[in-house]
Amino acid sequence: MTGAPSETIKQTLDDPRLQLAIYTASGRLMDHRATAVSAGALPEYQDLRTQANLIKKHTIENLDYYLEQLEANVLAHGGQVIFCKDGEEVADFVLGLAKKNDARLIVKSKSMTSEEIHFNERLEHHHLEAVETDLGEYILQLAHQRPYHIVAPALHMTRYDVADVFTKRLGVEKEVVPENQTKIARAVLREKFLQADIGVTGANFLIADSGAVVVVENEGNARLSSSTPKIHIAVAGIEKLIPRAQDLAVFLDLLGRSATGQPLTVYTSFLSGPRRGEEVDGPDQFYLVLLDNGRTKLLTDPEKRQSLYCIRCGACLNHCPVYRKIGGHNYPWVYSGPIGAIITPQFHSITEDGWLPFASSLCGACAEVCPVKIEIPKLLLKLRSEVTEAKRRQGAGGLERLAFQMFAWVMAHPKIYLLAGRMGALLAPLVPPVGPLKKWASQRTLPRPAKQSFHQLWAARKSK
Amino acid sequence: MKVSLFVTCVVDQVFPQVGIAMAEVLERLGYEVDFPQDQTCCGQPAFNSGYPEEARTVARHFLDVFRDSEYVVVPSGSCTSMITHHYEEIFKDDSKRLEETHRLAPRVWEFSRFLLEVAKAEDVGARYDGVVTYHDSCHALRELRIKNGPRRLLAKVDGLTLREMDAAEECCGFGGTFSIKFPEVSGAMARTKIDSIRKTEASAVVSIDSSCLMQLQGVIDRLGLPIRTLHLAEVLASR
Repeated sequence: MTGAPSETIKQTLDDPRLQLAIYTASGRLMDHRATAVSAGALPEYQDLRTQANLIKKHTIENLDYYLEQLEANVLAHGGQVIFCKDGEEVADFVLGLAKKNDARLIVKSKSMTSEEIHFNERLEHHHLEAVETDLGEYILQLAHQRPYHIVAPALHMTRYDVADVFTKRLGVEKEVVPENQTKIARAVLREKFLQADIGVTGANFLIADSGAVVVVENEGNARLSSSTPKIHIAVAGIEKLIPRAQDLAVFLDLLGRSATGQPLTVYTSFLSGPRRGEEVDGPDQFYLVLLDNGRTKLLTDPEKRQSLYCIRCGACLNHCPVYRKIGGHNYPWVYSGPIGAIITPQFHSITEDGWLPFASSLCGACAEVCPVKIEIPKLLLKLRSEVTEAKRRQGAGGLERLAFQMFAWVMAHPKIYLLAGRMGALLAPLVPPVGPLKKWASQRTLPRPAKQSFHQLWAARKSK
Repeated sequence: MKVSLFVTCVVDQVFPQVGIAMAEVLERLGYEVDFPQDQTCCGQPAFNSGYPEEARTVARHFLDVFRDSEYVVVPSGSCTSMITHHYEEIFKDDSKRLEETHRLAPRVWEFSRFLLEVAKAEDVGARYDGVVTYHDSCHALRELRIKNGPRRLLAKVDGLTLREMDAAEECCGFGGTFSIKFPEVSGAMARTKIDSIRKTEASAVVSIDSSCLMQLQGVIDRLGLPIRTLHLAEVLASR
């Protein structure tokens, strides 16, 4: 079982520039969301959350039914559906398709699902170039970094950082004005769009009753990626399903507002199948790749499967006081923050990254802003007990378990508790801070046990 | 009317004056205050650390001690919530204990909420001269939905000025064992909170949870700042 990356966490905490960047950027997103969901702006906000939760619950509980319905409708539109167990199967499919169509260049819009399976790296090994076309993702691709945040991938970078990346990787003059930086990226990317053989997008929603893939974005690059090249591949996790087109109204009301405070993102694309005979736009071939990659493991547990309701708005990250300190890259997987802390150990294995569910003060800010009402703190607690149980089976964590067994025994025996408390008070000034006390004292002065406990004060008070 | 105090293990061992203050306020309002001697802890430390079995042992003891109490008043939002919100989960497979939980939970009250909703007392005749700011402790705020109550009580204290901080609802970074499993992160969270407290120029920060105050006071002392931490009961008991 791997522990927390304490060295890099310390580096993040000790970097004032980075701390300011994370705190300011996430704080701005918090403010924007708060305004967008306020009673004045969206009076039905709480009802929408409840509705979204119920729709997702229903969908996840009937996932097999809706997946088949989706597949039938995509086929009816002339597209194809490919079910993939993991990243390797996705890569195999894309490589086979590229070979058949003699494709060399792929343009990609932002997709966490593709990040999750290291899509670009897998294809690079086979000399297929995949270019990220979302500005933030493009900057990160040039900088060889993974996303720092689910919706704002380059949240941790300032414009000066971006200027350095562009100078180094694109050989351009130093440019620190964001608008001009965008123009630089645009000039490069426009050529890529025109040359690309395949366009890859993610999917924010998959609509079962209409066989449509819905993609929301602000830059127009997803629309270009899905319509300019001859082949469009949408890569999506199976949990992105919603039953009906009309359900989308609930989720579109919530997604933009929760993520960035936008009532609606700039572009909302409904993509259903390839170009039909009479149409001028659209690809000749359309493929929907549906990815499992650990998701189906969650379906058997009625409580834990709510983790699959997530619509990747990122609100829980912005509001998480832990994420706002340690940032995105200290999380072991592409999903960071509270949602990352619950899905990473579930998609992978509880014995890997067992530290994640513990990296929370259980403040509950995440659950309060989750647009689909995932009970994140409750799941963190459940996962914590699974981690301690897994450790027990592995014969690890014995000292901590013993401490809690002793704790329980003492607390169930009031006389022992009183005695232990008073012995603690007597010994406290003499004992050097070791173990947990040392960890406490690394940041704070140690509280001294009171000279007399409440039990003693109360007894004295009564005998007066 | 008789009320039983559950002072919590933190108050019992580290901040007993908070328990005394709570008793004084309740007595001032005419309650007969009882202190069941066998009380220890609610079990939250084990529950939040991934040891539900150990938490159950402690929770059973709690139910046994307070079974017959008419009202249980607690100087902590977090411990109250453990009993009223999480015992249900702990005893979900034990119908007898679950039934006991359901019988007892409605009689367990966080201190400020008891004053306002049971005792119906907003003005408890307190006097405190100074500017204070209020820290919303997470479990009180988000699990018990306690937000305005403590502020209403503070507003009636003679001589007291309440000055809100920007980050009133941000976590102090304590989080039980989180504070020692991730000490640097926990400390950084507290320092951010304290920055916000300092901006108000208040001389004290008030909360309804002593564990948050223990965390904040520890960092305040480490930084050598002239800010006090006070439990709401201490403010309301002062005259």
